[in-house]
Amino acid sequence: MMDVGRHPKIKLFAYSEVEEVSGYVGNFQVKVRKKARYVREKDCNACGECVKVCPVAVPDEFQQGFSSRKAIYLQLPQAVPSAYLIDMQTCMGNNPIACGKCAEVCEKKCIDYDMQDEIIDLKVGAIVVATGMDVYDPTELDEYGYRSFENVITSMEFERLICASGATQGHFIRPTDHKTPKSIGFIQCVGSRSEKRGKSYCSNICCMNTIKDSVLLCDHYPGTEIKVFYIDIRAFGKAFEDLYRRSKQEGVKYIRGLPGEVVEDPKTKNLIVTVENTTTGEVERHEIEMLVLSVGVLPRQDGSLIQKLLTLSLTADGFFMESHPKLKPVDAPTKGVFFAGCAEFPKDVKDSVTQAGAAAARSEIILNADRIKVEAITSMVDKDMCTACEICYRACPYKCILVDREKKTPAEIIEAACAGCGTCGAECPFGAVTMRHFTDTQIIAQIEAILEENPQEKTVVFACNWCSYAGGDMAGISRLQYPPNQRIIKTMCSGRVDEEFVLYAFKLGAPMVLVSGCHFADCHYIDANRWTVKRVEKLWDKLEKMGIRPERLQLEWISAAEGQKFAKVMKEVEEMRKKVTKEEIEFTKKALADLKFKGEKRRAKLEADKAKMEKVVV
Amino acid sequence: MADKKNPGKENDLRIGVFVCECGLNIAGSLDCEEVRKSAETLPDVAVAVLNKYTCADPGQNEIKRYIKEHNLNRVVVASCSPRMHEPTFRACVADVGVNPYLLEMVNLREHCSWVHLHDRKAATEKAKDMVKVGVARARYLDPQIERTVPVTKAALVIGGGVAGIQTSLDLADSGIQVYLVEKGPSIGGIMAALDKTYPTMDCSI
Repeated sequence: MMDVGRHPKIKLFAYSEVEEVSGYVGNFQVKVRKKARYVREKDCNACGECVKVCPVAVPDEFQQGFSSRKAIYLQLPQAVPSAYLIDMQTCMGNNPIACGKCAEVCEKKCIDYDMQDEIIDLKVGAIVVATGMDVYDPTELDEYGYRSFENVITSMEFERLICASGATQGHFIRPTDHKTPKSIGFIQCVGSRSEKRGKSYCSNICCMNTIKDSVLLCDHYPGTEIKVFYIDIRAFGKAFEDLYRRSKQEGVKYIRGLPGEVVEDPKTKNLIVTVENTTTGEVERHEIEMLVLSVGVLPRQDGSLIQKLLTLSLTADGFFMESHPKLKPVDAPTKGVFFAGCAEFPKDVKDSVTQAGAAAARSEIILNADRIKVEAITSMVDKDMCTACEICYRACPYKCILVDREKKTPAEIIEAACAGCGTCGAECPFGAVTMRHFTDTQIIAQIEAILEENPQEKTVVFACNWCSYAGGDMAGISRLQYPPNQRIIKTMCSGRVDEEFVLYAFKLGAPMVLVSGCHFADCHYIDANRWTVKRVEKLWDKLEKMGIRPERLQLEWISAAEGQKFAKVMKEVEEMRKKVTKEEIEFTKKALADLKFKGEKRRAKLEADKAKMEKVVV
Repeated sequence: MADKKNPGKENDLRIGVFVCECGLNIAGSLDCEEVRKSAETLPDVAVAVLNKYTCADPGQNEIKRYIKEHNLNRVVVASCSPRMHEPTFRACVADVGVNPYLLEMVNLREHCSWVHLHDRKAATEKAKDMVKVGVARARYLDPQIERTVPVTKAALVIGGGVAGIQTSLDLADSGIQVYLVEKGPSIGGIMAALDKTYPTMDCSI
């Protein structure tokens, strides 16, 4: 921590938040809000005179509420930067100044009640997301009695009770009588590995954390009776099994089974834990003086802003999704963005440090290059075809299109900022936008090839590159079997799927069309898939009006992790396909016989106008 | 004037199709030779080749050799997911002067052989169809130019827990300017709130 504070190449913005990110790999522009501390960070030498006179006392969050702090405070004794700050919510100093005592005693005169937030503009080439984790709050698990019984605490609270810099100077006492407990229980998997409450994943760190806690207790208070209630102990890492063995040798009892009930003895405030010991198959009752809930790790609850700013996705567990779970575990799908630590998944200190090194190395690949390649798959506009209607601008998630309807300035793509979703191309009513590498011509050629032979047996599937196509890959990797009747056309984003692609497939005799993309929060192009929904809904109306069953066009959100869902959807769509009759297909072909591509229409109009002009001139 | 760099604008298309067996991953559940034969009959296909492992060096060398010998200007690799090996094959064709965007991949493994393990005939038919769609797309591929941009030699690290601290130090030690943004008043994160850390039982701060 200290090294960060004094490193000449690190500029630390504490008490600050990232507010805006624009640009692209190698060239991000970032706005950071440095919140007012009301104490000038550079001048404060943390002498602590201010704290002595501050009349306010509030629970100390860092000490898990076991002690209090003042309105002017240091978050922790070893804080970096080592500068106080004022919590204006509780301070009596600001507007009107009712107290002002701290300012009076501050020799360095570094307290400023009128300090304002600062906005700082930064330019960077790479971004590492190390936003960390939250801790599960076990209040909802009534059976464990957290918050009902004072002597039930969480593993985070345990840390502050056993730590020498904690509220009790490291004397481990129980809250009700401030005595050191002679028997302590630990309940594992609190908020983890449960389909019903908390999270379904294993939080990775809690088994070893409890083992560590048990060894600490044995060291500090020999003879303490310690019982650990668990499902199974996961001691998989280097030197982990040794520590587990040491804990058992010290006399810690491991009881396989999660308690069904915890009640408090009203007199002694001891806790009676009822558990089915699954090793013996018997229901046991254990009276213990203190109970520690080994709470799980949650994704950051305030992560949505960073997710939106950096166009990141989440996996089903709520953590940030990596570019590839095995081959690019540190890279975000957004180029130039990397993950370190628990932002990606729960991990312990060693794994966090390992991944941090990897994120630094991955960033350096970009940062040490003089120039880097940018996305080649971008949009381009045929200015003659464009009517400057601004629809593309409205659809663009990145707002990287310059166009002015009033001045009739045709659209122009800012290519360096274009990420290549293709939504503009699909929305353009005049066929003026071409999506590089996913042109109309290419996609139409694919539709034609699919439906050239036995079209009645096939479903045309549009799958986005990042999620649903990858979900198909996951189905394959998992060897999930489904019928062989679907043909996939990959686009970068489902936002690229033009309504005329769907209609054209129906015109050529496709019984079914499926459009699939990322779940809403997961779209790799911010929210381009919202346009997919609008378009598909419009298409359903259109089909219905034409007398075509709208169910023949399906829309599904399938994430890269959802191989099972992909296979399930494939099976369902195949069942639907079987129900589409020959007559229906023939009817549809006739109903769409006059379908013309929008580009053709626009071109025909331009030519007609030109001919008219020539006539007038003649 | 004939523009050799951009054959899409001419009608002189010469497509090479490379069907990968991927050991038994693909060949185990569909008839790769039949897929290859069918590919030969597709429009503008100059040559269709079977490989055991197209991604391995011998497979890539085959692609390069055929590009040179048959003057290929489009390449279709029918193997695994492009999410896996598109960068491999793009680099491979670029090595012998073909624009990397003139490569098309057909996902025979993840999207066909692995999901139709028990119906060889149907899997083979689907694979033939998939290659046909790939070739149809390849006929309209255009070369693309990957532009380059300068890089700002600085990094933003969001979050000052143990991971953010370590990333910042590693980057800074290698000479890169780091901006570390921490939401709270001090860095340290969860780690700073811990007493000891496993498995070595040393202090967290």
